[in-house]
Amino acid sequence: MENKIKFILNGEEVEVLCSPVKRLLDVLRDDFNLSGAKEGCGKGECGACSVLIDGKLINSCLYPAQMAEGKEVLTIEGLKKSRIFEILSESFIDAGAVQCGFCTPGMIMASYALLRKNPNPTEEDIREGLSGNLCRCTGYNMIIEAVKMAAKRGEGLW
Amino acid sequence: MGRDIALSIRRDDAIAKISGEAKYTCDVKFENMLYGKTLRSKIARGKIKSIKYPSLPEGYYIVDKDDVPKPNKLKILKSDMSVFAQDVVNYVGEPIALVVGEDKEIIDNILSKIEVEYENIQPILTLEEGLNTKEPIYGDNNLFADYVVEKGDINEVKNRASYVYEGEYETGYQEQFYLETQGIIADFKDGKITIYGSMQCPYYIKNALLDFFKADSDKIRVVQLTTGGGFGGKEDYPSLIAAQAAAASIKCKRPVKIVYDRDEDIEFTTKRHPSKIKLKSYLDDNFKVIGMEADIILDGGAYASLSEVVLQRAMFAISGVYNIENLYVKGRAVATNKAISGAFRGFGAPQAFFAIEIHMEHIAKKFNLNPLDFKINNLIKRGDKSSTGGTFRDEIKLKEMIKRAEIMSSYNEKKSRFKEERKEGKLKGIGMSLFFHGGGFTGSGERDHIKAKVKLLKKIDETVEILISNVEMGQGAMTTSRKIVAYTLNIPIEKVIFENPDTDRVPDSGPTVASRTTVVVGELLREAAEELKNRWNENETLIVEADYKYPEGYEWDGDKFKGDAYTSYSFGVNVVEVEVDSITYESTIKNVYAVYDIGQAIDERIVKGQIDGGIVQGLGYAGIEVMENKEGRFLQRTSSDYIIPTSKDVPYIYSELLCEPFKYGPYGAKALGELTFVGSPPAYALSVEDALGLEISNIPVRPENILEVLRHGK
Repeated sequence: MENKIKFILNGEEVEVLCSPVKRLLDVLRDDFNLSGAKEGCGKGECGACSVLIDGKLINSCLYPAQMAEGKEVLTIEGLKKSRIFEILSESFIDAGAVQCGFCTPGMIMASYALLRKNPNPTEEDIREGLSGNLCRCTGYNMIIEAVKMAAKRGEGLW
Repeated sequence: MGRDIALSIRRDDAIAKISGEAKYTCDVKFENMLYGKTLRSKIARGKIKSIKYPSLPEGYYIVDKDDVPKPNKLKILKSDMSVFAQDVVNYVGEPIALVVGEDKEIIDNILSKIEVEYENIQPILTLEEGLNTKEPIYGDNNLFADYVVEKGDINEVKNRASYVYEGEYETGYQEQFYLETQGIIADFKDGKITIYGSMQCPYYIKNALLDFFKADSDKIRVVQLTTGGGFGGKEDYPSLIAAQAAAASIKCKRPVKIVYDRDEDIEFTTKRHPSKIKLKSYLDDNFKVIGMEADIILDGGAYASLSEVVLQRAMFAISGVYNIENLYVKGRAVATNKAISGAFRGFGAPQAFFAIEIHMEHIAKKFNLNPLDFKINNLIKRGDKSSTGGTFRDEIKLKEMIKRAEIMSSYNEKKSRFKEERKEGKLKGIGMSLFFHGGGFTGSGERDHIKAKVKLLKKIDETVEILISNVEMGQGAMTTSRKIVAYTLNIPIEKVIFENPDTDRVPDSGPTVASRTTVVVGELLREAAEELKNRWNENETLIVEADYKYPEGYEWDGDKFKGDAYTSYSFGVNVVEVEVDSITYESTIKNVYAVYDIGQAIDERIVKGQIDGGIVQGLGYAGIEVMENKEGRFLQRTSSDYIIPTSKDVPYIYSELLCEPFKYGPYGAKALGELTFVGSPPAYALSVEDALGLEISNIPVRPENILEVLRHGK
């Protein structure tokens, strides 16, 4: 069975014909050619596939496409056009938060989701906010530093 | 390029990774591309009696042993592994065939209908079974390697020793868990196989495929794609996937992509060797360790892979940073019917350093000595002989490093304060480890096997391209290589180009392993850049080459394991502080302090990234990363039950460098990547031991094991 599913993807109204239980991750990657969200585990454990739905951080590998109907989906490709992205990416670079990079788009989305909710997070808040996103290269501290940096640099923007 | 090479610069690969534009294997699509999925053995050991394939829909293919050239053996170091099972299987998950086609769901459906009939053979699942088997998996004695390293005269020492201490230490499996799973695309066109994918060693794949397909050198090309972490896991295993994908592409006449699911990757790809190590030390009346006997057993899994060299590194590291003049070290790598044990950051050294660091601490406790004083009393210094009788030629700064770590961590103050706090029920502990890592290949590997060659290409626009086969996999090789070249030529970093290696364009500068990229390949790049600088105006375009030269005055006898096992040593001191919950016995890591001697840092931010990442991987290894095998299957085989550290499991890490430059490294640089892993497991175990006042000899340290020890004693 295939359904027509309409949603807002990175600010634009889109429509896709697919099985209602197709993973949103596959819809993004296969139907819209947006490969910034990665499959790291396919089980909602690693956060590499993180996107925002109506401002909330979700693992797109566990999210059935039908549930996106009428909602706003934001991926790294959508965020990329914003000043917010510039601040986050500069902070990630300056703090040395990027190594292999496979977790990074997801980390950026998680950082943005956190800062939207809590523009002045403590270190504890950041560790909590990123705890659903695994990284095997950095040991996390430089990512946490990047989020602290971004919070300060983007004051008033979140 | 500024004049202080250590000052950090922006990583050129970062922005494409952050924005999601970087193309990893999973993101790359070719026209007409098919997908392959692996049919795997369901049993740990047996003969394949028959395979029944269902009838296939149009455009779907089975690729198995009948589609590859005889003898169907892939050469890693030895040629004992089939690309597709021939008639026996030796571990749960051993590849039998590929199902190839366009639609992944249809592929899964076909896979579910294949019937394999086995004749079971009693599997070998433990080291004891592997050592005593009458039905060996490998050779006559079921050992991938069986070595002895001797130094001095151990028997003479036995007669004059005043004290003897014996202990046994065990370490478990560890999965690399690079965030990007294994992935390869093969494209067979006009008689030529091109392999694209996630890898550490493009020429390992090329050479393995040349041998496997008996092809001419120009018929195999390997191109690395953006690689999402390796940690050793993408050293040898990609050669296997590449051979399978290539066979599929030849058969289907279309590009074929294989990308592993996470659970497939966790359960079936290579892992760190579990170890069992017995150490017996002989001490004189001043508590100098005058001799040591070691028996090291590694679980190699079903096929030889790199076990023999992992074992060598473990054996050469077994006396740790201590000057023990008489040694007898026995080492064996045992075949078992489990997934293959392969390369993982540290490569045998973490197992050895865990054993020796715990052993030294336990000796001190046994004879009522201050552990740190006892260790310092036995430290190696410049001019002393290594375990293989080589000479430590450079200044060893360990004493200063220990002092620095003590100050940074308030070690002595905390040691006594925690003792008081424990009396009030707060189970706090602190532990310190001392360690080294030998840079580059063991023994004469660089000289006799790798023979690295690098090229620099000066182009008409006055940019310089680096042509090497070493890969950027997250560790920063792209940035450090470009810095070395730009710094030497004294040109802006933007003028130096580094593309992902393509074996049709780059010479074989060796694999991206053994912490060798900066210290070995970086030095060749420096030499080539030096020459290019001198010849800069000779022509508008120029190619300059440099070849590896074994440093003068070093010696190695690979048959007897005598001489300089390594040309440079990097050193480290780690301190870990924990608090253990008095009810659940779960440990929380409170603080970590680290001091390293890595020679000249080439980029401080990249160095910090390696330090933090290595320490946290080591803490995972020692604490929470549990992988047990029961009846041939891993109990922790999915990302839901094989747990790696999250941002909440680790504290800030205080680290400093205290460096002694190395004459033969670029600007004095030494090895870094693996060193950072080696020290945190013993420091963690010792901190838990301190907190609980009991002896810990096994990692991972698990709350249930602590309970067991508390209930029943050791």
